[in-house]
Amino acid sequence: MIVLWTDALIYLLIVVMLALGLYLRGKEHIKRPLQQIGRSKIGMVSLVVLLFFVLIGLLDSVHFKPANDKKNEIISLLDDWAAPLREHGEKTYSAPFATTLYSKEMMTLEDGSMQWGYPRLEFGGRYLNNPETEKIPDILQKTLYGLAQGASLIGFFMLLMWGLLAEQHKRFMRSSTAKTVWAVVFVIVSLSYALIYLSGYYHVFGTDKVGEDVFYQAVKSIRTGLVIGTLTTLIMLPMAIIFGILAGFFRGWVDDVIQYIYTTLNSIPGVLLIAASILMVQVYMANHEADFTSVIVRADMRLLFLCMILGVTSWTGLCRLLRAETLKLREMEYVQAASALGVKQGAILLRHILPNVMHIVLISVVLDFSSLVLAEAVLSYINIGVDPTSYSWGNMINGARLEMAREPIVWWSLTAAFVFMFALVLAANLFADVVQDAFDPRRSGNE
Amino acid sequence: MNNPILAVRHLSVTFNHRQTVVDDISFEIHAGETFALVGESGSGKSITALSVLRLLPNNARLNADAIDLQDDNLLNHSEFELCKIRGRRIGFIFQDPMSSLNPVMTIGSQIEEVIKLHFDLPREAVKQRVLELLQQVELPEPQLRIKDYPHQLSGGQRQRVMIAIALAGKPDLLIADEPTTSLDVTIQAQILALLKSIQQQTGMALWLISHDLALVSTMADRVAVMQQGKIVETGATAEFFNQPKHPYTRKLLNALPSMGSCLTHSAEEKPPLLQVSDFYCYYPIRKGIFKRIVDFVRAVDGVSFDIQQGKTLALVGESGCGKTTLGKSLLNLIPGSGRVVINGVELNALTGEALRQQRANIQIVFQDPFSSMNPRMLVGDIIAEGIRALHPEVSSDQRKARVRQLLQQVDLPEDSALRYPHEFSGGQRQRICIARALAVDPKLIVCDEPTSALDVSVQAQIIQLLKTLQQEKGVSYLFITHDLAVVAEIADDVAVMYQGKIIEQGSVAEVLTQPKQAYTKKLLAAVPVLKMDH
Repeated sequence: MIVLWTDALIYLLIVVMLALGLYLRGKEHIKRPLQQIGRSKIGMVSLVVLLFFVLIGLLDSVHFKPANDKKNEIISLLDDWAAPLREHGEKTYSAPFATTLYSKEMMTLEDGSMQWGYPRLEFGGRYLNNPETEKIPDILQKTLYGLAQGASLIGFFMLLMWGLLAEQHKRFMRSSTAKTVWAVVFVIVSLSYALIYLSGYYHVFGTDKVGEDVFYQAVKSIRTGLVIGTLTTLIMLPMAIIFGILAGFFRGWVDDVIQYIYTTLNSIPGVLLIAASILMVQVYMANHEADFTSVIVRADMRLLFLCMILGVTSWTGLCRLLRAETLKLREMEYVQAASALGVKQGAILLRHILPNVMHIVLISVVLDFSSLVLAEAVLSYINIGVDPTSYSWGNMINGARLEMAREPIVWWSLTAAFVFMFALVLAANLFADVVQDAFDPRRSGNE
Repeated sequence: MNNPILAVRHLSVTFNHRQTVVDDISFEIHAGETFALVGESGSGKSITALSVLRLLPNNARLNADAIDLQDDNLLNHSEFELCKIRGRRIGFIFQDPMSSLNPVMTIGSQIEEVIKLHFDLPREAVKQRVLELLQQVELPEPQLRIKDYPHQLSGGQRQRVMIAIALAGKPDLLIADEPTTSLDVTIQAQILALLKSIQQQTGMALWLISHDLALVSTMADRVAVMQQGKIVETGATAEFFNQPKHPYTRKLLNALPSMGSCLTHSAEEKPPLLQVSDFYCYYPIRKGIFKRIVDFVRAVDGVSFDIQQGKTLALVGESGCGKTTLGKSLLNLIPGSGRVVINGVELNALTGEALRQQRANIQIVFQDPFSSMNPRMLVGDIIAEGIRALHPEVSSDQRKARVRQLLQQVDLPEDSALRYPHEFSGGQRQRICIARALAVDPKLIVCDEPTSALDVSVQAQIIQLLKTLQQEKGVSYLFITHDLAVVAEIADDVAVMYQGKIIEQGSVAEVLTQPKQAYTKKLLAAVPVLKMDH
């Protein structure tokens, strides 16, 4: 097993979140908001969708060298399982569920003569003798078969769980929210099982310019999106929170210094900084070639640096908001009461200021998460985003951009990237809404 | 009797299909009379007024047999038609003059807007009418003031502008929802006198909504008392105050603090606990690029006073006179200069850790029970905070036991410790604040208007609680307030503050019955007193 830099950070993040969960488990006042989230249908459904994405991202974060290694490549668990998808490349573009290439070319017929036409794909629907008549029944049959298989699998699993559950949990499972969640799990699992099953025979989302399966690309991009969204936020948050609160609370020269730093940082175009740092990494990697032998290690290093520099350039907005909020909060009477009680300033910051700015942090984290996923797409466009060899929705969109003008249009790369991005960002937004409502004690009462 | 201007029959308002806020009430208002609707906060008085104009929030449902405005049932009118009635036939004055005026429009144009909406007049006539209205509400120099923005006016002047706007449509009925609650006593008296004289000039009906029984007794012709959405008693004012029939009305009247109680305090001398001499608190006014200090706002301008052990000193004054600044700077929350000696320790000479250790001696209870507690902390943690900070050696079990004991002392159930502040009512929150202050065994508690945000009956309970705690623990209070009736209830000594200085000081009986300064006399005269003939 090989641990890349971003993998290590992701593992660390999971460990920290588990530890936090254990720590908060016994707390009486945390239970109530959690139960409220548990009761909210929107919250639980979006959580299920998010967890599904995270699961794929995690599978894609366990890297190793395959046993029969010839090409010195590192693959992830996901790659291993999706090996047929990864290896079933075509020559160039083909539409979703197509059996032929998208453009005409000269092909050699069986009798040796040449003909101008649409050549058959190497893998998509290869086994069909007469695609025109057989394709649609075959797709329908395979879809139904996949759905049935997925449904019976998850159905069996659910029955098993139901049998193992204690009576008190069963009552919980009968609530309408739990039913909705199970229905969503059922639908997601059956659908994705059918998709996986189908993609063994067809290119469900078509193929791109070099003939790679677009479905595979979109799924691989999930990890990149999650990494950019979470790691960047993690780098940005401490800076924004610490500087913002300190500036607002202490005012005076502390405020002056911090304001000076972020005004200066803000007036340098972020794109320049990002371009410079990406160049730096490239130069570094060129000088230490021995450490970066594999393509994936290089791509990972570049991704990590991109996260860092995005974090460094994007904390100022949140910092400014937090400073303003803290300026307001420090005049609140409960802060004055605390200092009258002799509470130390550090404790006031931790217990009174920080919890009361968390809602702002939460909102901006989610908004930033979405905008970072989008920013990655823009940066890839001017070639300073993630490595061109790594999979990301930005790279997919960038690749599809040139083909938008083509007639007939190549729409599937863009659509696939859009659908996946949309699902992830929407789920994150909805979930954050619910969390915010639940953790605001003033609102949790009037439900 | 002639036909009523407004007749409401069987009005009910329900929120979210569950919560009945107004419960089947009926009343009439006649031309030229002043009708007062009295009740504690949350009793549904404002909702009643809003439902007559159909200005209710979206989650409210209105049910009524009829709301007749001069035999014209408002329920039959569409929203569009109602717009012509609001402001034209019914005027409305809101409680808070700070937030009911648009801060980016001049007051003249805000009045003009209403006139243009309801009357088709030429430009000059509109201007003329605006001037007339401003003269009518007795705003000084209306020609100059017409171009002023709301922030350039004082609270009382803003309320006058609000009245002018309400009068612009020449309404038959003026609804005044707590028109003076956020104003000082002397200004309150002026505004009430103004409303009275305008009513006499125009002959309109005035519907006064208030929680202040004393004020109502001086203003109203007829009174209705509301309790939990129901009108429990209606009657002519004289009859109402002399022979209250309903037990709730009697309870309300008994809860009123009375000026007479000041004579019962003992005059026994005790050693001084807090000595303040020559205390100043200036805010610098900075100007220019280099922020040079050009002048000072003299918030507290050289005051000296003592507080005796186990006694209460009331600090009285209007808003802006520096009484809150003084209270906060005694706790070193606002920097001040001068000598503050408590229990033989000079507080002002201390800094850093030494000051922190002395914090336990003086505690504070704030005016607003809503903003004085961290909304994200449990009540138990809020109360225990001082113990944690000043006595870190106390174990968590002992701390919990102490919190339970404190909750008991302020008459709150023990399970309150695991709840959040927003789950409590205003009075209960004020009890939590008192418990928080008591947690560190202070010698002196600064009470900064602790009762002014509360209802009368709750106010009486809190004052009773403070008195009991004083007897049990011998704690002293510095009681900051603008309400002289409360002063009579609780204080042993009084200091009257005016523009940063203490202008009169003495025992409560002395100051309230034989005031020496003209300003004190004016304050006392402005206090609305129940008109009761015994």
